[in-house]
Amino acid sequence: MTITEKILARESGAKLVSPGDNIWAKCGMLLTHDVCGPGTIGIFHREFGKDAKVFDREKIVILPDHYIYTADEKAHRNVDTLRAFVKEQGLPYFYDPGTASYCGVCHVALPELGHVRPGETIFGTDSHTCTHGALGAFATGIGNTDAGFIMGTGKLLVKVPTTLRFVLDGELPSYLSAKDLILHIIGDIGVDGATYCAMEFTGSAIDALSIEERCTICNMAVEAGAKNGIIAPDQKTFDYVRARTAKPFEPLYSDPDAKVAAEYRYDVSKLEPVVAKPHLPDNKALARDCRGVKIDQVYIGSCTGGKLEDFVMAAKIMKGRKVAVRTLLVPATRQVEQGLADTQIGGQSLRAIFEAAGVEPIAPPSCAACLGGPVDTFGRTHGHEVVVSTTNRNFIGRMGSKDSQVYLASPYTAAASALTGHITDPRDV
Amino acid sequence: MPKETLIRGPVYVLEDNIDTDLLIPACYLNLVPTIPEEYRKLGSYALAGLPETFPKFASNADGTTPYPIVIGGRNFGCGSSREHAPIALGAAGAKAVVAQSYARIFFRNSVATGEVFPLESETRLCGEFKTGDLAEVDIPKNTITRLADGKVFALKPVGAVAPVIAAGGMFAYAREIGMIKR
Ligand code: SF4
Repeated sequence: MTITEKILARESGAKLVSPGDNIWAKCGMLLTHDVCGPGTIGIFHREFGKDAKVFDREKIVILPDHYIYTADEKAHRNVDTLRAFVKEQGLPYFYDPGTASYCGVCHVALPELGHVRPGETIFGTDSHTCTHGALGAFATGIGNTDAGFIMGTGKLLVKVPTTLRFVLDGELPSYLSAKDLILHIIGDIGVDGATYCAMEFTGSAIDALSIEERCTICNMAVEAGAKNGIIAPDQKTFDYVRARTAKPFEPLYSDPDAKVAAEYRYDVSKLEPVVAKPHLPDNKALARDCRGVKIDQVYIGSCTGGKLEDFVMAAKIMKGRKVAVRTLLVPATRQVEQGLADTQIGGQSLRAIFEAAGVEPIAPPSCAACLGGPVDTFGRTHGHEVVVSTTNRNFIGRMGSKDSQVYLASPYTAAASALTGHITDPRDV
Repeated sequence: MPKETLIRGPVYVLEDNIDTDLLIPACYLNLVPTIPEEYRKLGSYALAGLPETFPKFASNADGTTPYPIVIGGRNFGCGSSREHAPIALGAAGAKAVVAQSYARIFFRNSVATGEVFPLESETRLCGEFKTGDLAEVDIPKNTITRLADGKVFALKPVGAVAPVIAAGGMFAYAREIGMIKR
């Protein structure tokens, strides 16, 4: 069996599962946020009763992150709904905006907080829950109804996905990042190339990636339609997890002879920086072939491209230089925000490097303009802006305006483009 | 509640890769679907993310849609896990989506909520219908018929999720099989 099949077998009490089986899997962790939490809670109460209790208080994490810095009244009401529920149920893992416990973007915070452990099942009311497969968990996005069901029962009916294996070997050149790798893959297989499948990433280039960079890869598995992305845990994973939680876990691994539906091989040393042109994540083009695209704005943030290492990459490019267009930075979490002050390159903090480069005042952590959001959202597009963004989706209207155009790129390419005002291969600056 | 299995009315025709931001733009995600008034509002914003070249979907005066059937191409509902997407269609009064293929979460959410039937066509139908054409979807027979000339197009059998769809959603199904108490 593959790692995905093994986790689902263990968590459903079966010896063996095969792709296509419908099984009742136990939920190891349920994640929700301010946009889908209130609806999930509504369903939980409607279906299980006003006095119902959640299946396990230790297995629910609520991380508000989407609409935090906005005057929108309903957005605030929704966070209040979460607060009331947390109180009513006595939930220990709630990271309340406006308090010191607030974190920011849920998919960056969840592993930071030690809530992601190898071999577990993680269900979240957000499609990018697939991020957490980077630590060897089975993690997938679900809707409010399924989440309400889990809240009451601790289980979910899951179809076992068939696995596509991506073997990435070779040494990653200094101008490439995990974001380039996943954009290459999505560009090759298409936005529905992995529909209903597990995407398993392996090979020496994956082994060499940090945990954060592995998260970037698994994060965008859903952009190819996958149910989950997954990377076998290794010593790096264990060190990362052990530094954050004392809870026990049992990792699982694919058998060497596990059957997969297809295998794709890449030599990463031969790849070049890419972008995904508007309006689909599979609309791949080499960054150097898009030199003629003039841009208005650069956005660095989100669960894909707003982690500390993403800002380190951007800072390496921007150090000692000036940006030519409006450049918006949104650290994903408070921890990343702190990292901007604490992390130095050549004796200068990341924050100082960015400020000297002339970026806009750095926003507080949240999803911000990654998904447009209420009209007063930081960085949201309102007109015909052309944006280079380290986020994950470039659908029409995704960042706010239906008329704006979003090019998805790595932090290196985004930073290089900020310096020149047009799409730029990082090797050219 | 058993669902109607014969759906008749004008169709609304879309293309490939209809994503959840087109189905319900993020600025409306502050609405909570379990609050009846906000459920109705979500319906009035169904497909509000489409470019202005498309006719308004929820164009009835009361915020519902005159189109009970939505036709799409490949990868319908890609993107976010927002259940607001099938809910917006269902709240607007759409009964079925007929597409060549679906993104996984949209399909699952449609089945789990029982808001719309996510049906798969055997062939691409985007070119066979224009918005406003009258059609009839017959779920037991797995067909969609173009009423103007009676041409019948095959739908794929619903498959493993048929019992969940027949029950009317995830909770109804779980009660039926005794997973949760009635
Ligand atoms: S940062 Fe963007 S993609 Fe990630 S959870 Fe927030 S809105 Fe979704």
